[in-house]
Amino acid sequence: MSPAILLLLALGLGLAGWLAARARAWTFRRESANGRLASLPTYHAWYVALWIVLPVLAFVALWGAIAPGLVSQSVLADPAAADLPVFGFERQTILNEARAVATGAAPAVFNPQAAALVEPYRDALSHYNLIGIAVTVLIAFLGGAYAFLRLRPDFAARTKVERIVMSILLGASLVAILTTIGILASLIFETVRFFGMVSPIDFLFGTHWGPDPMANPDNPDPSRYGAVPLFWGTLFIGAIIAMIVAIPLGLMSAIYLTQYANPRLRKWIKPALEILAGVPTVVYGYFAALTIAPAIRDIALKLGVTNPSTESALAAGLVMGVMIIPFVSSMADDSITAVPQAMRDGSLAMGATTSETIRRVLVPAALPGIVAGIMLAISRAIGETMIVVMAASTAANLSANPLDRMTTVTVQIVKMLTGEGSFDHPATLSAFALGFVLFLVTLGLNFIALSVVKRYREAYD
Amino acid sequence: MTVVHDNLEPTEAKMSATDVSVFYGDKKAIDSVSIDIPTEYVTAFIGPSGCGKSTFLRTLNRMNDTIPTARVEGKIELDGQDIYRSGMDVVQLRARVGMVFQKPNPFPKSIYENIAYGPKIHGLAEGKDELDAIVEKSLKRAGLWEEVKDRLQDSGTALSGGQQQRLCIARAIAVDPEVILMDEPCSALDPIATAKIEELIAELNGRYAIVIVTHSMQQAARVSQRTAFFHLGKMVEYGRTSDIFTNPHEKRTQDYITGRYG
Repeated sequence: MSPAILLLLALGLGLAGWLAARARAWTFRRESANGRLASLPTYHAWYVALWIVLPVLAFVALWGAIAPGLVSQSVLADPAAADLPVFGFERQTILNEARAVATGAAPAVFNPQAAALVEPYRDALSHYNLIGIAVTVLIAFLGGAYAFLRLRPDFAARTKVERIVMSILLGASLVAILTTIGILASLIFETVRFFGMVSPIDFLFGTHWGPDPMANPDNPDPSRYGAVPLFWGTLFIGAIIAMIVAIPLGLMSAIYLTQYANPRLRKWIKPALEILAGVPTVVYGYFAALTIAPAIRDIALKLGVTNPSTESALAAGLVMGVMIIPFVSSMADDSITAVPQAMRDGSLAMGATTSETIRRVLVPAALPGIVAGIMLAISRAIGETMIVVMAASTAANLSANPLDRMTTVTVQIVKMLTGEGSFDHPATLSAFALGFVLFLVTLGLNFIALSVVKRYREAYD
Repeated sequence: MTVVHDNLEPTEAKMSATDVSVFYGDKKAIDSVSIDIPTEYVTAFIGPSGCGKSTFLRTLNRMNDTIPTARVEGKIELDGQDIYRSGMDVVQLRARVGMVFQKPNPFPKSIYENIAYGPKIHGLAEGKDELDAIVEKSLKRAGLWEEVKDRLQDSGTALSGGQQQRLCIARAIAVDPEVILMDEPCSALDPIATAKIEELIAELNGRYAIVIVTHSMQQAARVSQRTAFFHLGKMVEYGRTSDIFTNPHEKRTQDYITGRYG
């Protein structure tokens, strides 16, 4: 017996309540002197239906959590369970097997001990299913009756329903916020554990990165946990090289699209640009690794650089910059379009040319939106992993030469978490500290972007 | 169409339109309008909404060029030169024929920068002192100097609606135009701000040829010496404002000014 059936039951009861309440409201309307109700019959109907469905949903959620426990408890109380192995793993396997047969998920048992338990399991399941259905129906009736008895011609069902709908919407928005808080909490927890083993000073200011997952976890060498090369690599690839590519190209394409392109051309170019944003980053990654990086090496060779590497920060940064172009251009496009036509007309009527109007009026007026777009693009770029893994290597390197191999925070997070170290080894835990730093940086960038946009909104009104 | 030229005193035409038609795509918005805009008077365009008066106004400094589907036929001359001829520099034209819009549209820059915008673009000032002088002169002419002289660095958008519109007039004046086009300049303003703008128009009259589009017949009567009545894309009647309002030749004009439609 699954929660799905309980849910269907709840919906059926809700529908019944809905119809009954609407019929009742229609009766009120027929009987009342002027044929008017405080709320429309549908609101009465929804009021009753919500009072049936919502409590049942709450019960189903609760029941789904406790019912399996109750079932296995009653099975274990059965005499046949007395000679089960005491130890966890084997015992659990047998129980799972018996349950699978009892619910019809498996055709027969493998373990003879489980065969004896199939019957008790089946009994317990049907027993608790009955209880579940009974309680569901009871709750539905109680909720429905309570709501139904409150219906009156002058009952303000509309405001009540609106309020319930509002709290459902509030709940939906809370999910995202609570998830963020949950992620942050788990990050902080693991980060604190890591900083208990390696001091934050060594981590934040050390210049050598090379955690050894095989080393003794109780006595980590702090000089191997200096994350500065990672921060530098992230900044250099994501915020410097990629932005040198993305900002001018993105801005110029936005200006062309909003001010010069004729509508038919714009209809083609804009979606084409946005497709760039939909290309999976892995695809960018092998483009960078197989095409751009070797090309850069060949050019470097021709220019006389001795022994250039196949993987380079430049290759990753360039491709990442191209990937980011749509983010910059679409935000810039939106904010330039949002500058009122009156501004443009005002400038043109003063005898300014189109390019003067763009430089002196449109871009300054749209600047906050453009800056916000760039901030979002940077936070996207520094969170990017695949391109760097494939094109810039995993070797931490503190260097200002774009032709060197480099690595970023995200790449090291992946490397540390998928490495062979045990979970409570400082090398593994360092991933959380890195993630935490990254989280703070992107949070800061988004915060700046949002507050800039907010100021922008006040510019015209 | 009746152009009542005969009862006007002979006057030099600053701008003159001959058989001007304007199309938006296939739709004809203005149908063969001919009119002379005199130098020394305020000319008002009146007519019901959608009659084409704003469209026609925008042909006078080629602001219709910014609308991709718009097309202008006929001839419009400024001091005897066709402004739609090939090789005409729109930038120069708009410096000579300025425009003030329906809704005040100061740039989101400081008051000073708003005024200095045009002179900078057209290279009218050499050095800061000269620019300061232009800003001051323009604001004084627009009657805004006393109100803003202590806060020239404040944003132009922080001013009240009426002040913003006078700022836009000052901005237009700053490039020293010969003609100023005003497209319902008071429609977004309260009566007090409107009165100030009307006063300003009276003061500017004579220094610039002024063309004003307005919905308010009282306003046309108050500020203008010449009035053109537009209806359904045609110019129905054009003449002395006093004649149009007291003794119109056309029945449609009569009906409109007496409030029978519009």
